[in-house]
Amino acid sequence: MIRVELIRRPQQSALFSALSPFIAFALTLIAGAILFWLIGKPPLPALYSYFIEPLTEIWSVHELIIKATPLILIAVGLSVCYISNNWNIGAEGQFIFGGIVGSLLPILVPGFGGPLLLPLMMIMGMIGGAAYAAIPAFLKTRFNTNEILTSLMLVYVAQLFLDWLARGVFRDPNGSGFPGSIRFPAVARLPEIAPSQGGAHLGIVFAIVAALVVWFMLRSTLKGFEVRLIGTSPRAGRFAGFSASKMAFFAFLTSGALAGLAGITEVSGAIGQLRETISPGYGFTAIIVAFLGRLNPIGIVAAGLVLALTYLGGEAAQISLGVSDKVARVFQGMLLFFVLGCDTLIHYRIRLVRRAIASALEKS
Amino acid sequence: MEIAQNILLTIATAATPLLIAAIGELIVERSGVLNLGVEGMMVIGAVCGFAAAILTGNAWIGVAAGIAGGALLSLLFGFLTLSLATNQVATGLSLTLLGIGLSGLIGEGFVGKAGVRLPTLDIPVLTDIPLVGRLIFGQDPIFYMSIALTAGVMWFLFRTRAGLTLRSIGDNHKSAHALGIPVIRYRYLAVMFGGACAGLAGAHLSIVYTPQWVENMTAGRGWIALALVVFGSWRPWRVLAGAYLFGAVTIGQLHAQALGFGIPSQLLSSLPYLATIVVLVLISRDRRLTTMNTPASLGQPFVPDR
Repeated sequence: MIRVELIRRPQQSALFSALSPFIAFALTLIAGAILFWLIGKPPLPALYSYFIEPLTEIWSVHELIIKATPLILIAVGLSVCYISNNWNIGAEGQFIFGGIVGSLLPILVPGFGGPLLLPLMMIMGMIGGAAYAAIPAFLKTRFNTNEILTSLMLVYVAQLFLDWLARGVFRDPNGSGFPGSIRFPAVARLPEIAPSQGGAHLGIVFAIVAALVVWFMLRSTLKGFEVRLIGTSPRAGRFAGFSASKMAFFAFLTSGALAGLAGITEVSGAIGQLRETISPGYGFTAIIVAFLGRLNPIGIVAAGLVLALTYLGGEAAQISLGVSDKVARVFQGMLLFFVLGCDTLIHYRIRLVRRAIASALEKS
Repeated sequence: MEIAQNILLTIATAATPLLIAAIGELIVERSGVLNLGVEGMMVIGAVCGFAAAILTGNAWIGVAAGIAGGALLSLLFGFLTLSLATNQVATGLSLTLLGIGLSGLIGEGFVGKAGVRLPTLDIPVLTDIPLVGRLIFGQDPIFYMSIALTAGVMWFLFRTRAGLTLRSIGDNHKSAHALGIPVIRYRYLAVMFGGACAGLAGAHLSIVYTPQWVENMTAGRGWIALALVVFGSWRPWRVLAGAYLFGAVTIGQLHAQALGFGIPSQLLSSLPYLATIVVLVLISRDRRLTTMNTPASLGQPFVPDR
């Protein structure tokens, strides 16, 4: 019988703080190899098609960027929430609402064009996402309601609402009965950054700008200090004159706006119409991205690319080896588990104690 | 009047998985641990139960496999949060994500197959009593288990020494540790009990409620169970009342969908989720009452000092 004992380090380990995402990734690869072996697929070729193959061709690097864009945008916002101890896990719903509100102009006012259209769509997307995130923030601050449960419940509501719109009032009348809105005209599509090579659109620029802005905000501004102080010690935050309620709104509105922006960039950039589903779970995967990136916006950019790789690798492995695309979700879940487990090493040393030996020592 | 009995029967069937999962989570939270992975453990219970029932042709083996699957997954959560003292919220979330992913992979070969249904109770004469016979004597075995479970948990928490110890750990793990109570061991057992219950709840979905495997078939029920624990202010009989209230909302909206009324089906489908939000708001409005009822060390990691 082996028991795990944790011994608190006198101070955080800088070494493990930097290493833990890499250890976690390595452990995920090992566990992944075992998983492939278990389902009867050759482990090394499978890992190759998951993590290397998507990077070997330029168009597929573009696909990687398309998938990483929403993940980074959402996760950057979530980092503000999680650092300040506001548990927004409804980013998927805010993403959907951003997509819906951002699409209002091209769907309802089809004649409207001009250079103002795209900026307006983006702003409306951000407003839609922020407004939807304001609901759990309001319920938390006004009625003391657990934001984890309310924000999550609102995801289901948003999914059903989008389904209703895409099959009902927003359905393209010339779409021969298929669900989904009209296809957006070119003026309502986010421009591609290198059209000759692949489909990556302007969204990735938004994502990187958002990461830099939030990184600077957290690191070098009073607001950033407030976010961190309220997160580590609400009491100390109160003594410093900061309001936890205002912080809850700040965190939820920021992450809602970024999730909404991610939603409308996905609709306007990658999809080109409002469909009955617009997300393969980006809002949930972004939670993994936020933690893998150590809640640091710069780390999140890297983590977003890694998680985007699991989506693409899933497709690649399905084509080349017949591995189920469901494996990607397992990878993502395992990765978060290992990240959280490895983070323990930052604060604690781990000692394995054999119980028999321990009791023998006590006797002597 | 037979219609009334049938409606009550369907409400009981809809409420049973919610009740079982919530009662399991209640024990976990009473020990001071917040496991947000109920949805993940439930969906694993559903797929393990369904697969085992089909492969062996025996629904009871399916039920056992569902329980085992949920308990096994909860052990992973226990190892991280209890032995490695990780953040419980984040770990619970990752348990849900992993559970949903893993269940999709396990269940891939079982999509669209007809399942094995657990037969309902049938006692000659008694089950045939008009109006109430089937309600009392003619339901599926897991329904009776859920009622027994609620009563048992009530007895355990408030009438036994171990139950008192469990509650004391949930309210103040440091004092409990100082008194020599093995906090971590109690919590491991509580977490596994919660996992087993979530697994049983999932197995009920795929073996009794709708004997088939559909990806994500729990559809947020694990989260509703979590909300029910708050709604029931950590008391078993209030959780039971809440579960039946939600069963009624679910069945009510299904009937409304069947009748039409011109209301969009999506709006009706979102009613259980909206009801959860409304109920949570109503119950947590009074800050003092909530603080009084919530186990005081809920969600806080504990590392015994040596």
